[in-house]
Amino acid sequence: MNESRTEARTHARLIALICLAVLMFSPPLVLIFNRPAERGLSWLPLYLFLVWLIVIGLAAWLMEHRQEDT
Amino acid sequence: MRTDPVVLTVAFGYLALLFVIAAWGDRRAETGRSVIGSPTVYALSIAVYCTAWTFYGSVGRAAESGPSFLLIYLGPTLAMLMAPFMIRKMVRIASTQRITSIADFISARYGKSSSLGALVALIALIGITPYIALQLKAITLSHAVLVNYPQAADFRLADESFWVDKSFWVALVLAVFIILFGTRHLDASERHEGMVAAIAFESLVKLVAFLTIGVFVVFVMFNGPMDLFSQVAESPRLVGALGLDAVPGGATGWVGTLVLAFLAFLTLPRQFQVLVVENVDERHLRRASWLFPLYLVAINLFVIPIAMAGMLLPVGNSDPDSFVLTLPLSAGLEGIPLLVFIGGLSAATGMVIVETIALSTMVSNQLVMPLLLRSKRLQLSSQGELAGWLLGIRRVAIVLILLLGYLYHALIGDSYSLVTIGLVSFAAAAQFAPALLIGMYWRGATRVGASLGLIAGFVIWVYTLLLPGFAQSGWLNPDFLEQGLWGLGWLRPYALFGLEGWDIYSHSLLWSLLANVGILVGVSLFTRQSALEQTQAALFTNAMNPGLQHTSLWRGQTTRGELQTLLSRYLGANATARILADQKSNPNNSDPAPPAMIARAEQALSGALGSASARVLINSVVRGEALDLESILSILDTTSQTLEYNRRLEQKSNELAKIGEELRAANERLRELDRLKDEFVAMVSHELRTPLTSIRAFAEILRDGKDLPEDKRIHFLEVVVLESQRLSRLIEEILDLARLESGRLTLSPQRLDLVTLTRHSVDAVHRLQEDRGVTLQVDIDMDEAPVIGDPDRLEQVIINLLDNAGKFADDDNPQVRLHLARHKEHVRLSVEDNGPGIAAEERERVFEKFHQIKRFSGSAGKARGRPRGSGLGLPISRGIVAHLGGRLWVEDAPQLKGACLVMELPQAPE
Repeated sequence: MNESRTEARTHARLIALICLAVLMFSPPLVLIFNRPAERGLSWLPLYLFLVWLIVIGLAAWLMEHRQEDT
Repeated sequence: MRTDPVVLTVAFGYLALLFVIAAWGDRRAETGRSVIGSPTVYALSIAVYCTAWTFYGSVGRAAESGPSFLLIYLGPTLAMLMAPFMIRKMVRIASTQRITSIADFISARYGKSSSLGALVALIALIGITPYIALQLKAITLSHAVLVNYPQAADFRLADESFWVDKSFWVALVLAVFIILFGTRHLDASERHEGMVAAIAFESLVKLVAFLTIGVFVVFVMFNGPMDLFSQVAESPRLVGALGLDAVPGGATGWVGTLVLAFLAFLTLPRQFQVLVVENVDERHLRRASWLFPLYLVAINLFVIPIAMAGMLLPVGNSDPDSFVLTLPLSAGLEGIPLLVFIGGLSAATGMVIVETIALSTMVSNQLVMPLLLRSKRLQLSSQGELAGWLLGIRRVAIVLILLLGYLYHALIGDSYSLVTIGLVSFAAAAQFAPALLIGMYWRGATRVGASLGLIAGFVIWVYTLLLPGFAQSGWLNPDFLEQGLWGLGWLRPYALFGLEGWDIYSHSLLWSLLANVGILVGVSLFTRQSALEQTQAALFTNAMNPGLQHTSLWRGQTTRGELQTLLSRYLGANATARILADQKSNPNNSDPAPPAMIARAEQALSGALGSASARVLINSVVRGEALDLESILSILDTTSQTLEYNRRLEQKSNELAKIGEELRAANERLRELDRLKDEFVAMVSHELRTPLTSIRAFAEILRDGKDLPEDKRIHFLEVVVLESQRLSRLIEEILDLARLESGRLTLSPQRLDLVTLTRHSVDAVHRLQEDRGVTLQVDIDMDEAPVIGDPDRLEQVIINLLDNAGKFADDDNPQVRLHLARHKEHVRLSVEDNGPGIAAEERERVFEKFHQIKRFSGSAGKARGRPRGSGLGLPISRGIVAHLGGRLWVEDAPQLKGACLVMELPQAPE
């Protein structure tokens, strides 16, 4: 009972994370960061790498700490 | 150092090392100490996704179309995030059904259909061959760059005979290599532990190689990333190279490529092989779901710096796909380029090995075997063991697939850059996604729908991507690109139905998936599933349902002997003994085989031959209904019923908890009542004892004092009589109360006039009140007050009220007023006095049993010597009035400023 509830919680968080990742990697937000910095290059790659790492970090935290009911 | 012998020695040495690792992995697996039983190795093996296309092509793509190369890796990141939902289900299905490839998976889902499996295998063969060609091209090209630098690595394949072409030999060497460790033995499961270990190792090698060249370029050729990017910013040619404008198709192209990569990651045959088929433990997905994306980040970290550096510096070779090699070469290095070459070789061979094994399994299980079983079953049956045949077919298939790849490469490989070929293959693989994913979640998807959808998607892919590719390489007349087929403008391959402005991949993906999904869903809604299809659909869509595991669904009959003959014919004696481990069977054993054994046998055959062929074989020996749809549906229903029961059980237990709570409250109240009862009994005893004691005392005086004066004796006797009366009155009241509370009070209600009754009662107490000096004022505002009531009891109530009022009236000038009036549909009789009144919080308590208001006279400070009440009069009165449908309560006296007791009775109907 308790275990399946924890499982459901983790799943809900994972779904939220997937939605977040899809949102961050898709045009409306991507377009915002598609602007040149003062030195002339676009911020876009930096933004993508940062979001990518954050998403992976969150996923790792979610996957490896799922036993504890946080 | 960059001479042919050195490079070839290193390359072959590397391949030999791979072979040693694979052999070691296989031997460890045989002794039960698997090296791939770790989530990290699993994640590394998934990295076979990063092919030579990643290794060389990413830099090229970054140089030409900005950050869009990242999409190829963001898509898989999203897919891996969904692994706990989607891939886990695929793994679960594959392990219970012994799935050997994606073609087998789709075929099994749609009723183990061999035609659908063949279709998938065929599409995979056509779609993936360019991808294999791409790897061959990468190996050849990187070798040429390495050896010829600084001369341009020009090779015109078509001009030379094939035996001069290095790609041909690369293909042959790879074929031999794959045959050596991909098809060494035919196991009941299509797992290749040694291969997975080698692939994981290759993933490490290519990562290390790419990071090395990245660090070298950024920190040795430039002074760190800041230096590099400030130089880039000064070059007007490169400003804007990293923005979205450089991405083909802009925002639409962005989304299209993301979706394409997401779908292809799940459906590419080699990805399916390592993700699903080679998965040894579905818990590994947990670690891999973030570790693999991390690998992708690491291998892409230096792509942009390398691309920028390559465009900044004069490296002598304008092809961005080769920057990884030409940059260190231009710096005059020898060792690093060789390492890069090995890294690229790892990436390419890893992909070719897994892809070829996956494709050869498909070709043998889905294309060749069904044909053999259909056309030459008798002849095959007489051949004895089939294991050798299967291995032979696969080996031939491996050679043919690689030669096909070479052919593609030789004929049209020059016209495309690496990236282009890769995306064409991605779009072909993406056609499997609807049948695969929809089939996993929608039970209603039918075989006909899936087949037609696949065909439609494939045809559109051919028309919008493959044929234009042929045309551009001069195979076809390129006119139809501009004017459309037969000159019809809306049939232009890159602008189908006039949809322009999209990049060719998003455009092709949109139309092909639209047709694919649309036809799959549409046709499924109007076609019927066969029984086996329904069963398989139920098994696939409910794969995570715990009730379905370890369930044997066989109902047909066969003998152990027949089963054994069948298995040993196709799998060999050793495997048969392992599958039928529970007995030493002989071919003539005619005991019936238990359903579990038949299921095991079919699974074992599926692992080797694919589910469709296994089905055909099992059907050849099993008589009767083979698979039972009813029982599987009943299992599903049972589990859903169990869930329902659980839900109800939970509900019930909640109710029980609530009832328990109520019970506890009730128990609490009962205890309270019990305590009250004890108090009541104590009080009753006390009340009864007081008159009894005085009666007894006076009676004893009378008995003992024979010489008492006459008047004293009479006085004592009067006291005894009075106390006896009081006692009997008390007992009468207690009995009344007991009757009231138990509901056994018998009233004889009748229509009566309350005015008459009141006057009668007043007359009865008038004398007594006068004796006490109480002024009694009677105001009756009505001529007649008809009510329903018991006259004796009502009179008792009225007398009690008057009596009480007399007792509590003022000491010096006691006054009591009785007022009878109509109030709406009721008759109200109120009795007030001019005493101190009753405090608001005391007003309900006067109706409690034995509650006696302590009264002290203001000056003397001691209780007045008036007859005491029993404390039962008011509770009894209230009980009687309530029985007659009325109310009795206390309020402030309107005129005399003391207490006022009001009795209200409903007026009797006319």
